[in-house]
Amino acid sequence: MKTGDEKMNSGGKPEPGLGNNVGLDAEVLAHDVADIHGLSIVARTQGQLVRRRFFRHRAAMTSLTILILLILLTYTSIGFAGIPGWWPYDYQTPGLKVNGGAPTLSVVPTWFGGGGLHLGHHPFGQDDLGRDYFALTMRGAQISIMIAFVVGLVSTMLGTVIGALAGYFRGWVEAALMRFTDMMITIPLLVIAAVVGQLINGGPLILAILLGLLTWTGLARLVRGEFLSLREKEFVESARALGASPRRIIFRHIMPNTVGIITVSATLTIAGAILLETALSYLGFGVHAPDTSLGLLISDNQAAFSTRPWLFWWPGLFIIIVALTVNFIGDGLRDAFDPRQNRGRA
Amino acid sequence: MGSFIIRRLFISLLVLLGATFIVFVLTANAGDPRTPLYQSTDPTAKLKIASLTRNLKLNVPVVPRYFLWLGGAVQCLWGHCELGQNVNGSDVGGLLVSAMGATLRLVLFATIIAMFVGIGIGLITALRQYSGLDYTTTFLAFLFFALPVFWIAVLLKLYFAIKFNSWLESPTIPVTVTVLFALLGGLIALAVVSGGALRKLYAFAGGAAAVALICLFFDQTKWFAAPGIGVIGMIVGAALSGVVGVTLFSGFRAKQPMYAAGITAAVGVVTFFLLSGSMTDTTALILLLLLVGTLAISGGIGAAVGGLYRRQAIKVAMLTGLGCAMLIFFDHVFAAYAGYAEKVRGIVIGTIGSNTPNFTGTFWENFLDQFGHLLLPSLALMLISLATYTRYTRGSMLEVMNMDYVRTARSKGLTERTVVLRHAFRNALIPVTTIVALDFGGVIGGAIITETVFGWSGMGKLFNDALKSADNNTVMGFFLITGASIVVFNMIADIAYGFLDPRIRLS
Repeated sequence: MKTGDEKMNSGGKPEPGLGNNVGLDAEVLAHDVADIHGLSIVARTQGQLVRRRFFRHRAAMTSLTILILLILLTYTSIGFAGIPGWWPYDYQTPGLKVNGGAPTLSVVPTWFGGGGLHLGHHPFGQDDLGRDYFALTMRGAQISIMIAFVVGLVSTMLGTVIGALAGYFRGWVEAALMRFTDMMITIPLLVIAAVVGQLINGGPLILAILLGLLTWTGLARLVRGEFLSLREKEFVESARALGASPRRIIFRHIMPNTVGIITVSATLTIAGAILLETALSYLGFGVHAPDTSLGLLISDNQAAFSTRPWLFWWPGLFIIIVALTVNFIGDGLRDAFDPRQNRGRA
Repeated sequence: MGSFIIRRLFISLLVLLGATFIVFVLTANAGDPRTPLYQSTDPTAKLKIASLTRNLKLNVPVVPRYFLWLGGAVQCLWGHCELGQNVNGSDVGGLLVSAMGATLRLVLFATIIAMFVGIGIGLITALRQYSGLDYTTTFLAFLFFALPVFWIAVLLKLYFAIKFNSWLESPTIPVTVTVLFALLGGLIALAVVSGGALRKLYAFAGGAAAVALICLFFDQTKWFAAPGIGVIGMIVGAALSGVVGVTLFSGFRAKQPMYAAGITAAVGVVTFFLLSGSMTDTTALILLLLLVGTLAISGGIGAAVGGLYRRQAIKVAMLTGLGCAMLIFFDHVFAAYAGYAEKVRGIVIGTIGSNTPNFTGTFWENFLDQFGHLLLPSLALMLISLATYTRYTRGSMLEVMNMDYVRTARSKGLTERTVVLRHAFRNALIPVTTIVALDFGGVIGGAIITETVFGWSGMGKLFNDALKSADNNTVMGFFLITGASIVVFNMIADIAYGFLDPRIRLS
C-alpha cells in the first residue's frame, strides 16, 4: 500500500497540504533542504534508512501503537501464567447475571443523551453462565495472539531454512525440497490444519507449533528465489574463495540480504495465522474447552446472536483489530525495506 | 506447448500422489472410527467393530492400506472410481458426486466474480493512483484481509438476508437512503474522473443525480416487488454493451466495428420484443443452443460489416450480442420472480442450504432459487479473494505502467485506450494468473467454513463430519477432488501464462 511517505517520494503530482512537510519536524526539513542544495550529506546505514522509512509510515506506526496497547491490555488485565492481573473477574468463575448479561460499557456522554462514560461491572457483558465476558475475551485474545506469534516464529524459521538450503545447494536438494513444498501447497491449508488439529487434540501451544509446521511454503519459495540470485553475486564468490563454509555463507553472508522479505512475510504469516486459528476453533478443530480462543468464543455464542449480539461482536472485533494492525505493519515494513522507495527522491 | 502441458501434467500427478500420501497418513492417525463403539453397551457393538475393521481394512497397517486405497483411486483415471466405503457403509464415490454440485457452483461462482471485479477495481485504482477511490479501496482491501470468513458469513446471514427479505415485503426506499446512495454515487464518480476542479464537480453532480434518479425510479415503480428490465432498460443495456465492446476491442476511431455493435444491439432489442412473454419454461440445453446461435449471428454481423477491421468487429459484435443475450435472460428470470416469491413465501435470499427443500418449479424459478441461496455464501467467500486480486492487479499494473515500452507506446501517439489495454494490461495480468491459481486452495478452505455457516450439505460438510467421526475414506475422497481441482487450476494458470507471455510459449 502506498501512503503519504510514498506520495512524496515517487515524484507524483504534488498536492497542496499533503506535500513534503507532513510528519517531519523542522530539523529534518532543514536536512532535506540542505540535501537538495548539496550542502550536507548525512551517511546512514541500511538499518537507519529502513527504520527512518518505517517510522515515517503513518498507517504502520499507528497500527503498531494500537497493537502494542492491545497486547498490553490483554496480558495485564486478567494476568497470565499464574501472575494475577488488575481485572477483578476471571474467565472461569460463573457469576450472577446482571441485567440479563448485557454490556455495562457506555461511551455515549450524558449531554448527548447516553448513559455517560463508564465501564460498569461487566463492560462486555456476561455469557450464559454469567462469566464476565471481558475476562473471557481477554483470555481468548491471549491464546489467539500467542498462537499467531508462535506460528509466525516457527513457520518463518522453517521457511527460511528450507528456502535457503534449496536456493543455495541447487541440484537434488533443491529438487527434493521444492517438490515437497509443491505437495504441501496442493493441500488446502485449512484442510491439513483441520486434520492436524484433530490429530493432536492437545493444548494451544502444541497446536501453534504444528500450525507453524504447515504454513512455511510461501516463504520457502520466496527465500529460494532470493538465494538463487544472491548466490551468483561477487561477494558470495569472494567468501567462497576465502574458504568460508556453506553454513557461514548462508547465514552470515546471504541471509542478512534477505531479511527484508523474511520480516515482511513473517508479519503477514502472523496475520494469516490468527485467522487460521480462529477459523479452526470455529469449526471445532482448534482450541478446545476448558481453554478458549476468539474463534471458539464466536462458535460457542453464535446461537445467541439474535438475542445477545455482544457475545458475537467483541471477539470478532478483536480478531479484526489484530489482523488489520499486523497487516498494516507488514505493509509499512515492505515499504521500508524496498530500496526502490527512494527512487523518485531528487 | 503440447509437450510443455504433458510434462506439467506428469509432474502435477506425481505431486498429487505425494500429497494424498501425506493426507492419508495424517488422517489415519487422527482418529479411529471404532472409538465410540468401544465404550458402547450395545450388544451388537462387537459385531459392528468387526465389520468396520473388515470393511475399512483397519487391521492393515497404514502404509499398505494407503496402497490399497490408491489401487482403487487410480481406477478413476478410466472412469471407474473405487474410493471405498464410509463408516456407515455407503460408497464414498456416490456421496462425493451428490455433494459436489453445490460446492462446485459456490466455489466457481465466487472465484469468477471475484476475479472479474477484483481485476477491474485493481485496474481502475492503478490508473487513478493516490485518488480518493484508491485510498478507499486500499483500506477496504486491508479490512477484507482481516475479516474472518465465518464471522462475516454469520453477519451477512443474520443482518443482510433477514432484513432484506422483510424489507422486500414493502420495497420502498426512504429519502435518507436515497440521499446517502446519491452521495456515495457522486463520490465514486468524483474519484474515478480525472481533471480539474470543475470537471470533478460535474462528475460528482452527475453521479449523484444518476443514482438519485435510479433510486427514485425503483421506489416509485416498486421495482423490487416486480422486477423487470423493460424497453428502456433493454435499449440502454444493449447500447452500453456495444460501447463496452468498442472500448475494449477497437476504440472509437474505426467506424466499422461501431456499425457492427449498433446492428447487433438493434437485433438484440428486436429479439427482446419477440421473446418477451414467451418461453415460460426452458432447459439448460435450449439456452446453451440459443447462446451458440447468438454468438454465431453476432459474429456473422461483425464479419459482414467489419471491412478492414473485420477481426475487431467480430469481437465487438460478439460481446454486444452476449450482453443482449444476458439482458434477455435476466428479463425472463425477473418475469418469473413474482411467482417464485409467492412460492417461497418471501424468503427470496435463502440462508440455509443450497436450495429450498422439495422445491419444484420452472427452469427460471429453479434458477432464482439456487441463485438466491448462492448469493450470500459466495459474497462471504469472494470478499477475501477480491481483496487479494485487487491488490495484486493494482501493484502489477503500476509496475508495468512505469516500464519503458509503455512510454514508447505513448510517444508513438497511440491512444490511451490502446496503451492501457493492449500494451500494459495484458502484461500486468501475467503475475495475477499465478495468484488466482494459488488462491484457489484458500477458496476451498473458505468454502468449508461458509458451507458450515449456511448449512449447505456440500463437500465442506462432508469433510467436516468425516473428520470428526474419523471417516478416513471420505476425507480422502474430499481431498482427491479438491487436490485434483487445485492441480487443474494451476495447469490452467500455466497455459494462460503461455498465452499471455509469448516468451514462455517458445521454451
